[in-house]
Amino acid sequence: MNYFPDEVLEHVFDFITSHKDRNSVSLVCKSWYKIEKYSRQRVFIGNCYSISPERLIARFPGLKSLTLKGKPHFADFNLVPDDWGGFLYPWIKAMARSRIGLEELRLKRMVVSDESLELLSKSFPNFKSLVLVSCEGFTTDGLAAVAANCRLLRELDLQENEVEDHRGHWLSCFPENCTSLVLLNFACLKGEINLASLERLVARSPNLKSLRLNRAVPFDTLQRLLMRAPQLVDLGTGSYVHDPYSEAYNKLKAAIQSCNSIRSLSGFLEVAPRCMSAVYPVCENLTFLNLSYAAGLQSIELTKLIQYCRKLQRLWILDCIGDKGLGVVASTCKELQELRVFPSDPFDAGNAAVTEEGLVLVSAGCPKLNSLLYFCQQMTNAALITVAKNCTNFIRFRLCILDPIKPDPVTNQPLDEGFGAIVRSCKGLKRLSLSGLLTDQVFYYIGMHAKQLEMLSIAFAGDSDKGMLYVLNGCKKLRKLEIRDCPFGDAALLEDMGKYETMRSLWMSSCEVTLGACKTLAKKMPSLNVEIINESEQTEFNLEDRQKVDKMYLYRTVVGHRKDAPEFVWLL
Amino acid sequence: MEGSVAYDSDLNLKATELRLGLPGTHEEQQAVSNVRNNKRPCVENETAPPPKAQIVGWPPVRSYRKNNSQPVYIKVSMDGAPYLRKIDLKVYSGYPELLQAIENMFKFTIGEYSEREGYKGSDYAPTYEDKDGDWMLVGDVPWEMFTTSCKRLRIMKGSEARGLGCGV
Repeated sequence: MNYFPDEVLEHVFDFITSHKDRNSVSLVCKSWYKIEKYSRQRVFIGNCYSISPERLIARFPGLKSLTLKGKPHFADFNLVPDDWGGFLYPWIKAMARSRIGLEELRLKRMVVSDESLELLSKSFPNFKSLVLVSCEGFTTDGLAAVAANCRLLRELDLQENEVEDHRGHWLSCFPENCTSLVLLNFACLKGEINLASLERLVARSPNLKSLRLNRAVPFDTLQRLLMRAPQLVDLGTGSYVHDPYSEAYNKLKAAIQSCNSIRSLSGFLEVAPRCMSAVYPVCENLTFLNLSYAAGLQSIELTKLIQYCRKLQRLWILDCIGDKGLGVVASTCKELQELRVFPSDPFDAGNAAVTEEGLVLVSAGCPKLNSLLYFCQQMTNAALITVAKNCTNFIRFRLCILDPIKPDPVTNQPLDEGFGAIVRSCKGLKRLSLSGLLTDQVFYYIGMHAKQLEMLSIAFAGDSDKGMLYVLNGCKKLRKLEIRDCPFGDAALLEDMGKYETMRSLWMSSCEVTLGACKTLAKKMPSLNVEIINESEQTEFNLEDRQKVDKMYLYRTVVGHRKDAPEFVWLL
Repeated sequence: MEGSVAYDSDLNLKATELRLGLPGTHEEQQAVSNVRNNKRPCVENETAPPPKAQIVGWPPVRSYRKNNSQPVYIKVSMDGAPYLRKIDLKVYSGYPELLQAIENMFKFTIGEYSEREGYKGSDYAPTYEDKDGDWMLVGDVPWEMFTTSCKRLRIMKGSEARGLGCGV
């Protein structure tokens, strides 16, 4: 069957980049399996406990780029205790030992120690790109090691990590002959930065396209950096506070004028509203604008800025923009695809400044909208039905009504019909997060219509096991299901145990599932790890089978129980 | 103000507070104090407003974002001091740091905290006004719950403080 020499097939496979397609290729025949195996360079592992480092290396010895995800998604919201797991070190150790030619590492929700960063920096001479998202466990010492030892480093991208700042001069650790940087994002660092080192680094990085600064970088440094790097495509300012009548401000205005490649703007971690006019010149070409940390900007300043952003495709903003402000977005940003509206005060439920009105306006004005994250005060069925009519292209639809069981305030009805309209209308929907008052009916609709759904997040919803069963039976492509505080129990959990082998993971917390049912599931399905997270004083042996478990996390795996689970995690 | 205090790498909030109910209006969500068993608000049952419920992990905002949202400035007053001060609560990672800062600010000592007896060993007791308008002793609730419910601080002095501080 194979009329081509291996090299030709390999060349053909080079054009096949999607993980799913490459997986399919490897199933065709033994010879394709072998060629694909040795030519595979990029591997994505959605759950770091589904496979071991050793097996990964054996399977794909030519590995160059690895993506790893650790903790379950709800860890982002403090539902998973520290020390649950997701350690990077074993992966680095194994790849170093096997002399893998690692060049790229992308991590999400992993525990990254300084030790692992140091080992990484010394073990992979061609290492080029480090992307850490929502990780923790490391300090600026680890960053110093990466800076000092990764001679070919192109990308250092730190997104929303908890980093302990040792105030070392990690930036100064980039050697003088390091000129390869393309992306540098240290916005999440809390400590001081050696500004002179930063300026010198930027000055000797002619390929630098993306620079995101932290709060410690002041206004006048920003101006000098922009003078050095007018070629920037993506800019994240640090502190953006200055007297708009000063010489420094005029200099910044001039510097920004010369940066006509900027397409993406973020930061404004501290901001003086009167200084925003300096950025107006770059607005007309912006495709991504992230003002979600700019707490100092009121709706009026936000809308003034947005009025210039006619080409915007992605907007991340705080809810202080208000419904009216969203109306300005709707009438200006006709190319908008992604909108994220975050709560200005995430601790105080009563005060979200946007309602269903803002969302309806955006849906009417921005027909290309396909991705939404919307924290709001309230939502109505009528609004959702309108949104569903206006925008049929949603791939991601995440709605968070700050009061989690709030009904439609106009009709006092649950929001079943509204979400039903969304899933019926958006045939390509892959990710859905629900909130508000919801009965089993909404799950009936989801199971019936959300045929492409891959990830579903549910909280405080449903009436009975039927709800969960509608979803498990109907959503054939479901990969991740996370549920909290819903009345779903053993019957739903155990009805179709084989389903979980087709999924990446299931999270259930504060539901009606008992220990006995979890044990049954674990026993019948050896290909699943069923973990109980128990933070109380009770030991495993004190808890009776008929007692409800507080948190259960199960996932498919080919390597059985993990060896690094802490005391409070019981592996059934 | 210490803008560059290093954060613990495990400054993860164990409990995030959510106050349910619309601000200033009648409480619709009567039944939410036990959300697990009672998914619908009892609209027919208009009794007195219940204690506000607190839900861990809601709203679903990443802790990084929560920790880095707008500074929470609160007024700090000390009995006998001529003027008040303001501090950003989010800069501190726990009670020890906060109390130390206040001691430095007003040049006094607070004493040892114990759950039973409050603050022993000095004439002062740190108190705070919470969202319900009540004056509470600093230190009784988990730190994260405190930062989200504290509206202002008052260092009480003398007999008033002793009344609070000693387990009578």
